[in-house]
Amino acid sequence: MGKKVLMQGNEACVMGAIAAGMRFFAGYPITPSTEIAEISAQELPKVGGRFLQMEDEISGAAAAIGASVAGVKAMTATSGPGFSLKQEHIGYAAEAEIPVVVVDVQRVGPSTGLPTSPAQGDLMQARWGTHGDHPAIVISPATVKETYLEAIRCFNLAEKYRTPVIFLMDEMVGHLREGIEIPEADEIEVIDRTVNKNLTDEQAYSIPEGKYAPEMAPFGEGLHYNISGLFHDETGFPRGTAQSYEKFMNRLLDKVEKNRDDIEKWEEKFMDDAEIAVVSFGGAARSAEEAVIEARKQGIKAGLFRPITVWPFPEKALEAVAKKVKRFLVVENNAGQMVIEVKAHAGNVPVDFLGRFNGSVVDPDEVLAKLKEEA
Amino acid sequence: MRNREELRLVGSGGQGVILASVILAEAAILAGKNAAQSQSYGPEARGGACMAQAVISNGELGFPKVRIPSFLMALTDQSLEKYGKNLPEDCVILVDSSLEIPEWLAGRKYYQAPILQAAIDQVGKAQTANIVAVAVINKLLDIVPQDVLKEAVSARIPKGTEAANFKALEVGFNLL
Repeated sequence: MGKKVLMQGNEACVMGAIAAGMRFFAGYPITPSTEIAEISAQELPKVGGRFLQMEDEISGAAAAIGASVAGVKAMTATSGPGFSLKQEHIGYAAEAEIPVVVVDVQRVGPSTGLPTSPAQGDLMQARWGTHGDHPAIVISPATVKETYLEAIRCFNLAEKYRTPVIFLMDEMVGHLREGIEIPEADEIEVIDRTVNKNLTDEQAYSIPEGKYAPEMAPFGEGLHYNISGLFHDETGFPRGTAQSYEKFMNRLLDKVEKNRDDIEKWEEKFMDDAEIAVVSFGGAARSAEEAVIEARKQGIKAGLFRPITVWPFPEKALEAVAKKVKRFLVVENNAGQMVIEVKAHAGNVPVDFLGRFNGSVVDPDEVLAKLKEEA
Repeated sequence: MRNREELRLVGSGGQGVILASVILAEAAILAGKNAAQSQSYGPEARGGACMAQAVISNGELGFPKVRIPSFLMALTDQSLEKYGKNLPEDCVILVDSSLEIPEWLAGRKYYQAPILQAAIDQVGKAQTANIVAVAVINKLLDIVPQDVLKEAVSARIPKGTEAANFKALEVGFNLL
């Protein structure tokens, strides 16, 4: 580990991305994600990378996808209104199987909303924002250090499964500065896409035995192959049958479904003898954790269950918790989104909800009061 | 310094209270303490009440935002009005000398310092008021040694502004 430095969440996102190999960023500044663009512009040229400010949010996503096809690890970043605009291209990247990282530093919405204030109202949009069935990997960090480390994991998963990964930050963490020790290069794992120069144009999207994602043919190095948002077969062209379309869609979804063990990540604290499990993620989880610690001091057996990979939701892990606890309390900075998922997997265990969507982070005192009420 | 300080610095957007809180948090980290910094502001580019905060701890940091302020500094009447409520008994309060002292504050102990005026008269640059403030706060709360504070200031100011900002530190150290 390096020396401890004071770093902002948005800065940690960029520095983690660069450590993971990001060498291209395209975007359009929007609060509270603007520092990600600014710091990318500052830092990428130092490592031989490129920063491109585009004319709008949509082209920011498009340029990042294009750079990735050309062989460079790429990212774009935005907040609510821009995240809505990028949805079409997120679907395109999922369908055309292009690794890319899309950061959404959430603010209060809908529309322009409260641009400078924290919220977590994009959780469902991150899963279902683009149309049609599609695989979704969405990661949400709670600390500055975790932002650095999980930015790396976003790139690793995008590269490994050839799919867009959404880094769902929020203003609370994006604009928070904390002390962080930057890991040395040999302390982190970096995964690169598999590139195969020997593919023929009949094999551009063929799947190696035992894998879920095709190898990547180097673009612009001789092989002419088709990249399309249409359902495609292994040639990349849309000339299949109903049967092959279903096979294709199942394979896309299986990238996530069959690899949940590799993709899911969550944290449990004070859960061994907990009677009330507080479920929370991202910035709100900081308040939830503080409340759990205070509740414990007051003799309330509370614990914290915090999804880090929020999609796919860690269903099995939550079901295991449901077998042990008497109640769930879901704490979010929105009007109730993750609570839907918790209810779906809580069995007969009652699920309560505490949400704040007034521009402030949910307060630890509010969570504590709710825990006392329930104990 | 007390074992844990929860600092709230408030003023008008553009006065630099966010940078002041960043410098204090950075100085604490340089001195081997734990610290976190954050802020709250509206969509205005300038003006409006702006609140910056820093949590500094000799031990584990825990929750990174201010819950119960142990210190408040206000540089404008508007921000004192907005963020000065419900302060605990032992909260150290510092207000700029230009502020009108509201009724709730008149009855309790507080510090007054001519931070804004000193930046103009003694440093010669109104923009250095936040650095004057950083020095006053460090003197009041004894967060880090002066040389560490200077190091943190160096790290966060634009190149070429060192002379004015170091002068501001010196002015601040001698203001109370």
